Amino acid sequence: MKYLRIYLKKYMRESILAPLFKMLEALFDLFVPIVVARLINTGIGERDSGVVWQSFMILIALALIGLLCSFVAQYFAAKAATGTAAGMRHDLMKHIYGLDSSSIDQIGTSTLITRMTSDMNQVQNGLNLFLRLFLRSPFIVFGAMVMAFTIDSGIALIFVCTIPILSVIIFGVMKWTSPRYRQIQEKLDLVTRATRQNLSGVRVIRAFGREEDEVKAFQESNHQLNTMQNLVGRISSLMNPLTYVVVNLGIVAVLYAGARKVDGGVLLNGNVIALVNYLSQILVELIKLANLIVTLSRSAASLRRIEDVLDRKPSMAFPEGQKALPLTDEAVRFDRVSLTYAGAGDASLHDISFTALKGQTIGVIGGTGSGKTSLVSLINRMYDATEGMVSVYGLPVRDWDREQLRCMVGVVPQKAQLFSGTIRENLLWGNPGASEDELWEALTAAQAADFVRIKPDGLEERIEQGGRNLSGGQRQRLTIARALVRKPSILILDDSASALDFATDAALRKALRELPWETTCLIVSQRTSSIRHADQILVLEDGRLAARGTHKELLSSCPVYQEIYDSQFRKEGDQ
Amino acid sequence: MAKTKHTPEEKARNKKTLRRVLSYIKGQKRYVIFSLFCAGISVGTQLLVPVFTGSAIDCMIGQAQVDFDGIVRAAVWIITLTAASALVQWLMSLCNNRIVFSVSKELRNAAIEKIQRLPLKYLDSHPSGDLVSRVIADVDTFSDGLLMGFTQLFTGVLTIICTLAFMFSVNWLIALVVVVLTPLSLFVTSFISSHTFQYFQAQNRVRGEQTAVINEQIEGIRTIQAFAHEKQSMEAFDDVNGRLQDVSLKAVFYSSLTNPSTRLVNNIVYAAVALAGSLYAISGGISVGQLSVFLSYASQYAKPFNEISGIVTELENSISCAARVFELMDEEEQLKEKEAVLVPDGHVEVKDVSFRYVKERPLIEGFSLDVLPGKRIAIVGPTGCGKTTLINLLMRFYDVDKGSIQVSGQDIRDVTRHSLRGSYGMVLQETWLKAGTVRENIAYGKPNATEEEIIQAAKAAHAHSFIKRLPQGYDTLIAEEGENISQGQKQLLCIARVMLCLPPMLILDEATSSIDTRTEIRIQSAFASMMQGRTSFIVAHRLSTIREADVILVMNDGHIVEQGNHESLLKKDGFYAHLYNSQFANV
Repeated sequence: MKYLRIYLKKYMRESILAPLFKMLEALFDLFVPIVVARLINTGIGERDSGVVWQSFMILIALALIGLLCSFVAQYFAAKAATGTAAGMRHDLMKHIYGLDSSSIDQIGTSTLITRMTSDMNQVQNGLNLFLRLFLRSPFIVFGAMVMAFTIDSGIALIFVCTIPILSVIIFGVMKWTSPRYRQIQEKLDLVTRATRQNLSGVRVIRAFGREEDEVKAFQESNHQLNTMQNLVGRISSLMNPLTYVVVNLGIVAVLYAGARKVDGGVLLNGNVIALVNYLSQILVELIKLANLIVTLSRSAASLRRIEDVLDRKPSMAFPEGQKALPLTDEAVRFDRVSLTYAGAGDASLHDISFTALKGQTIGVIGGTGSGKTSLVSLINRMYDATEGMVSVYGLPVRDWDREQLRCMVGVVPQKAQLFSGTIRENLLWGNPGASEDELWEALTAAQAADFVRIKPDGLEERIEQGGRNLSGGQRQRLTIARALVRKPSILILDDSASALDFATDAALRKALRELPWETTCLIVSQRTSSIRHADQILVLEDGRLAARGTHKELLSSCPVYQEIYDSQFRKEGDQ
Repeated sequence: MAKTKHTPEEKARNKKTLRRVLSYIKGQKRYVIFSLFCAGISVGTQLLVPVFTGSAIDCMIGQAQVDFDGIVRAAVWIITLTAASALVQWLMSLCNNRIVFSVSKELRNAAIEKIQRLPLKYLDSHPSGDLVSRVIADVDTFSDGLLMGFTQLFTGVLTIICTLAFMFSVNWLIALVVVVLTPLSLFVTSFISSHTFQYFQAQNRVRGEQTAVINEQIEGIRTIQAFAHEKQSMEAFDDVNGRLQDVSLKAVFYSSLTNPSTRLVNNIVYAAVALAGSLYAISGGISVGQLSVFLSYASQYAKPFNEISGIVTELENSISCAARVFELMDEEEQLKEKEAVLVPDGHVEVKDVSFRYVKERPLIEGFSLDVLPGKRIAIVGPTGCGKTTLINLLMRFYDVDKGSIQVSGQDIRDVTRHSLRGSYGMVLQETWLKAGTVRENIAYGKPNATEEEIIQAAKAAHAHSFIKRLPQGYDTLIAEEGENISQGQKQLLCIARVMLCLPPMLILDEATSSIDTRTEIRIQSAFASMMQGRTSFIVAHRLSTIREADVILVMNDGHIVEQGNHESLLKKDGFYAHLYNSQFANV
């Protein structure tokens, strides 16, 4: 709730005025039975048609003022709720940007997206209802009781008894059912899972002839769901009949007690009608309150999920302000580096040491899961090494300014991620001030110039979300160009030429060697052909540096490298 | 709640769906009738309570003029009616729950049976997410809508009719006031909703836009961070966020006007009834008690009116969900099978087979192959060349269009699917495991296997040692889709699963792209021991496998382009030779 309070403070006026006006509206509602009582007592009782007309006008006026108050309240509530949600979305997004990769891995991107979207909507909705209704219902319940006291304090005692009984029934049933609704949801999740399994495993299920068993297993969990639903349904459907009984018993009591007072001349029958009306109002409001609480608890859960993310502090701090200067010619140096991802049992990198001199090309090869991507993501500090030290130009990466480090290291990630916008806009990510010539230079080096040139709009061609309108190879070449636009002094290609055919791959490697500025290049690949010309090849296996050397050295000395080399028929065959 | 226009065809289809929904309820006929009966009683009794309250009031004329006997009589009536009403309300809810929950249970059971009877052709071409949502979400929406529609529509209409009848029986003039004024609230709601519709549309549009931005930015967060592009990305986000705030405010505000507005109409009706009733009462036309009955009806009468439009939307929604479920139920099932049981000897003969997934796109034409028991067939070709098509045909996941496939001299269409598929051991690249223990998964093909057999199979698949290291050994639960073990371990379990049955023929996908070198070597040796003496079809990626195969099928673009052994294919100097040579030319 602590974050919510920050925003509510921003919308303090709205969040106070909304419930206030809603209570005003409720107050006018509470006047209605009194007006009707006067209408009956005086208007009909004394046959005064003037009072009748007057009462009518008052009723209409109350209705109109109530409407006005309600409009005002709805407006302020909507404003506070939408404003708060927008503010929270902004802050959450900003917070997510600030999180380091290992926090993001732990939370998971799909949950982050859910929290940004549906959880936020849930919060906005809940807040809106809360501001409008949460004070209104209790206000009417107690207001009705107070009004009853003004009519007759003796009969009002019936109210004092009825309200707690009603509350016990309503909230008791809710308390009993709400954890069981969760169980129903869990059972439903099981049924969903069984459905998914039946579909995703259909080939295996049929290959082993287990169709009937799987269907039976599904039906079993479906049956359990059904049993649970009926059980909970039995109890929750008690709520309406029980409260109805209690309120009507209350009405009977009011009628009887009222009759005695009328007989004694203390009360008029119009007052009895008013008391009956108040009792009915209380029931309606308590049920509304119960429904509201269900909705609000759902919103509160969403809010908690959002606040969980906001509470997570980035586990990585960057030095503020001062720019660092390169100290040595060792572009990248790993000194006994190990990396264990947060929450993972086993280290992903073990004791890795190597040095890449300025201008060198380093190849990194190994099977999937061998730690290639982990290794390169330490260089631009997407993660921090858990042991050992990674330095760039002689300075530990922890001492580099965030922006400076990330501008110096150009990364082409495995997944060719483009953003919606024009090709130009995407390229300018690398360097917002790049000139037309520089863009084309980068495109040419990335082997992308040809296909961009023949696009009808050239650089202004629109890229759809996720680059759907481009082929995999085109996307990869554009991401390479994007990294080249910033003329990085360290360039990391993380298996980013996998969708390119051999000729293009070769041309790309040639172009990279001939870049007009000095670049240290790290090429991660599964293909031996992509890295065979590297000055140094790192062979990773299970997170360990299995061997290090040139292509020739490794071929004669490293069995893992030979194995990969031998299996290349498949890789090449893939093209 | 904007009204949607329906074409005549849609109406006809809705009607058909509705009839089918009713056929599902048929099994619950007794409950339906009982529920309707209860609803009638409940509405009647509930509406009678204010009448007796009124008559009790009429017993209180003034000081020392109270008819206590009359009040007690009225009180007894109220209590009796209340008790009766509460009881039937509860019974009605129980019936309704039963009807709805049973219908959705039966529908789901039928749907899953249907899914297992559907041909793979259907399942492959429909995203499984869509099917899951039909079985789960659509059935839910359908049954919820059914429950709400069924109970509320019926009681709502009944309440309106009964209230009208009561009112007209007491005093037609005041009743007329209510009847004429109440529909005003319907006008107000439809007026507001037709005007807020555009704001809702705008909100949905901008919300969709924002979701797209959020998706893109969160999925691409590493790129954003790597390029230190946070500031610019934030600006783009804030732009759409600001617009969303504006349209949301409008949508939320204008839509929240509906309730107060209908309340206004109701209050006006109430005031008008109070006015007319009082004037009438002064002239002695009705009693004060009767006026109180009118007032209580006037405040209740509007409720079903306000709810009905919501219910209709809900029902329409529910019917369209039902239609989606029925659509699944109506899909054509796989061909009925013959009853003969296959006794396999490992001899597979493919005779002049033609097959295409899509009518317009020929795929396999006139393909023949004779595989003697114990031979190895390597299937070779670039990814996406259609290697799985062959597996689909051998396992009879799909039926051939022309020609035949024979095992042990029997056409596979003449034997049960169960016996055919049981003759093959299959290890695919996509390693599906069941949510359950490791043991259950290994024994998947032979549920009654002994512990020894299971461990034996695991050892043969080189899986025993890693299973031992799992937290609960053979009892370790594998999460859905097996997220808690590595890809390579999954593959080893799939191999162990086949090891336990060891049928005379094998289909193996050698793909090892997501596996580290050590595991890969282990899988290789597991494959090798499995293939001893068995007819094997291997989707081959490794040179050694291909060289040792008795026949190599070379596939490209779904077609079988060449077939022969390593030497003969090299000699032929075709696609295979090119594929093979490019290896040495490049490295």
